[in-house]
Amino acid sequence: MSLMSNLSTSMTSSSSSAFLAPTSFNSRTQRVSVPVKSFKICKCVSTPLEQQQTDYKTKVPRNSNIAKLQAGYLFPEVARRRAAHLLKYPNAQVISLGIGDTTEPIPDVITSAMAKRSQALSTLEGYSGYGAEQGEKALRAALASTFYSNLGIEEDDIFVSDGAKCDIGRLQVVFGSNVTMAVQDPSYPAYVDSSVIMGQTGQFQKDVEKYANIEYMRCTPENGFFPDLSTVARTDIIFFCSPNNPTGAAATREQLTQLVQFAKDNGSIIVYDSAYAIYMSDDSPRSIFEIPGAKEVAIETASFSKYAGFTGVRLGWTVVPKQLLFSDGFPVAKDFNRIVCTCFNGASNIAQAGGLACLLPEGLEAMQEVIGFYKENTKIIVGAFNSLGFKVYGGQNAPYVWVHFPGQNSWDVFSEILEKTHIVTTPGSGFGPGGEGFIRVSAFGHRENVLEACRRFQQLYN
Amino acid sequence: MYYSQHLSCICMPHAVLLQPKRSWSSSHSNAGKRLGHCTQVPRNVNLEKLRSGYLFPEISKRESEHMQKNPHASLLRLGIGDTTEPIPDIITLAMVEHVRGLSTILGYRGYGAEQGNMALRKAIAEKLYQDMGIKADEIFVSDGAQCDISRLQMLLGPNVTVAVQDPSFPAYIDSSVIVGRAGELEEETGKYENIIYMNCGPENNFFPDLSTTPRTDIIFFCSPNNPTGHAASRQQLKQLVAFAKANGSIIIYDSAYAAYITDESPKSIFEIPGAKEVAIEISSFSKFAGFTGVRLGWSVVPKELLYSNGFPVIKDFNRIVCTCFNGASNIAQAGGLACLSTDGYQALRNVIDYYMENANIIVDAFSSLGSNVYGGTNAPYIWAHFPGLSSWNVFSEILEKTNIVTVPGRGFGPGGEQYIRVSSFGQRERIIEASRRIKKFLR
Repeated sequence: MSLMSNLSTSMTSSSSSAFLAPTSFNSRTQRVSVPVKSFKICKCVSTPLEQQQTDYKTKVPRNSNIAKLQAGYLFPEVARRRAAHLLKYPNAQVISLGIGDTTEPIPDVITSAMAKRSQALSTLEGYSGYGAEQGEKALRAALASTFYSNLGIEEDDIFVSDGAKCDIGRLQVVFGSNVTMAVQDPSYPAYVDSSVIMGQTGQFQKDVEKYANIEYMRCTPENGFFPDLSTVARTDIIFFCSPNNPTGAAATREQLTQLVQFAKDNGSIIVYDSAYAIYMSDDSPRSIFEIPGAKEVAIETASFSKYAGFTGVRLGWTVVPKQLLFSDGFPVAKDFNRIVCTCFNGASNIAQAGGLACLLPEGLEAMQEVIGFYKENTKIIVGAFNSLGFKVYGGQNAPYVWVHFPGQNSWDVFSEILEKTHIVTTPGSGFGPGGEGFIRVSAFGHRENVLEACRRFQQLYN
Repeated sequence: MYYSQHLSCICMPHAVLLQPKRSWSSSHSNAGKRLGHCTQVPRNVNLEKLRSGYLFPEISKRESEHMQKNPHASLLRLGIGDTTEPIPDIITLAMVEHVRGLSTILGYRGYGAEQGNMALRKAIAEKLYQDMGIKADEIFVSDGAQCDISRLQMLLGPNVTVAVQDPSFPAYIDSSVIVGRAGELEEETGKYENIIYMNCGPENNFFPDLSTTPRTDIIFFCSPNNPTGHAASRQQLKQLVAFAKANGSIIIYDSAYAAYITDESPKSIFEIPGAKEVAIEISSFSKFAGFTGVRLGWSVVPKELLYSNGFPVIKDFNRIVCTCFNGASNIAQAGGLACLSTDGYQALRNVIDYYMENANIIVDAFSSLGSNVYGGTNAPYIWAHFPGLSSWNVFSEILEKTNIVTVPGRGFGPGGEQYIRVSSFGQRERIIEASRRIKKFLR
């Protein structure tokens, strides 16, 4: 029995799969015809892999692209560490400023609309089945007029989804394996991970902590968190997130103009992630399409997650302008539409009803209130680290604070903070080698928790 | 530079022929736009291999065109398998309650586990996989089977071979093409060169002759079947599992219509001993609970399922789910839990019985006039045979003459030629009306 638990533990440690609890292995032992004998054989075997050799294997080869991934996806790893910490200190008041998960209730005006839609599904007149895969017309129109009016983006350029992370996966499917890509370094891990899965990259190079074939565009305080494009190699796709997760940097109009020009000169496609645009405090562009010429070079993805607290409700959208063409002149939107129709079946109609309510004047107002609350949290956290003498970035235009711990290993800092203050943060290296030496602190949380967290930081670092 | 790129678009007959002209012109009225900047990003060659739009939007298009031509026609939609009956109160009430909770401090929920709420995973395991040894942590809740199919394709990657039933739900083939496994489409046969098509028809009792089926890594199998309506017997599934085991293959078993089974046919592949080592099962609340718009489904990936190097498939699937997905809507999941309660399940059975009574009526309409008709007893689909006729022609003729939308069998693969799929979702009066019109048409 203990060997079985060892097996499951070793499987657990090599991935983010904390869920792989040793539960079902009992049934396995019962199928072995001579249990005692095979246990003896098993005991002689020291490694879990050899144990697996006595179990039936299919002849289906494992996808070598997935094998390139080094560990579990970042956020389940952080969650796993948090869970392990709670096991160690069951009475600890853990404060989560790690995964950027919204905490405040969704305003009534928005949930009422969703309640109404849910109720309607029980009536003859109100029941609806399959919706358009691209999203409900009214919502697409509202998105266009709320966020893209005067930018020449039309309702049918907008594809409603169950979130930006899913859209990134679908965009990768559109692009396929024979494209090259560039990411900011550090960046939201889904861009790199989905690229590896799609087969666009080579192997992970441990010495530099980068995947071969990806162009990493270093973004640091020294370059104002905007890459020096003169040193960036041409790639087909450029992922760019502004306001940035994790650094919080918002690209200026001037910088984005450069980026669009760079993409135009190189014939590249920018995938612009604007999931945090509504957190901007200054007048940096909220949409890439504010830059002239962007429609011919960019796709924009966005989400209701951090706008409306829809992290669990699941709603987002992607803009693919008609003017965006592949090298043979074929419109990217047509292929994206094909993927959306074949690999997806639309966002939940209830979530879409909520989205529509978000975009009414009362909804927008209500969302701004909650966002204002998180922005106040951000200010408090920035203030706390500043007062402790840390170099702090971000926090102005995004709900993330990017704290510099020069010369330190970010997973070590993460662990120390967790161990000593019971606060979960996110280690910067989880976002790429450019994140080493930084910790990301997210500003979502109840006010008391944020204040308490700052008190604990004071204690730890004073 | 732009002009020559524009020319290269025109000079590539390959690209032009592949696209249905209709959809090009309808969404791009200004051809002059093509004279703008082209990026240098190559189009994904796999997508070029898809011949036209996905089947069901194509049906919608034909429907719209017909309605435009005949604005006063009383259209009866028995095409796309879209549920029509309201969701029972007990289920929507659970969703309303959850939604209201989201506006409260105690009830608010942010990100859920990407694999789904544990309570729902447990309920699925206990209610639907009782005594089959499937555990909650082998169940991955999703936003529907169509989405899961693509995630499974991403999981498996381009270097595996695939077999499908012929006819079959088009997403299996289309997603295989998209992922790069299908090779070229052979014009004469209408088949992709690298996909194995397992013919299923009345002559072989809708189960492929496995003795003549080449080995592939992956076998897509749907039962009860969309579009034929056939539910594989225990005996047939035992053969399938043995075949997969002998060949080291993985079965992707689509059980989206299991709730419609009225006889003793297995509802899950995991009723067959040994299946856990060779099969993944996908399923959905769409047809089970009328959740076609709400979006909820699940996949079962047993821990025993291993790649050739011994690595558990479930670990990689979990990685895909965590990286390319962010969980099904928590509201839909609250509804799903209510669906699996005793009262919820009973209420859903009533709706399913209603759709199956519809199916009886439609089967009658065909068989009373001597038509060969299949399905309709274990699935909400009727598979009507029109020997010697092109199914798209029959589809058009039926639409023209009776204002009934169906689905041409050819849309499900070359094996569907000469058949029409009629779905039995709809309000009773409309089904009865459809039955009248079908009888008139067949006379």
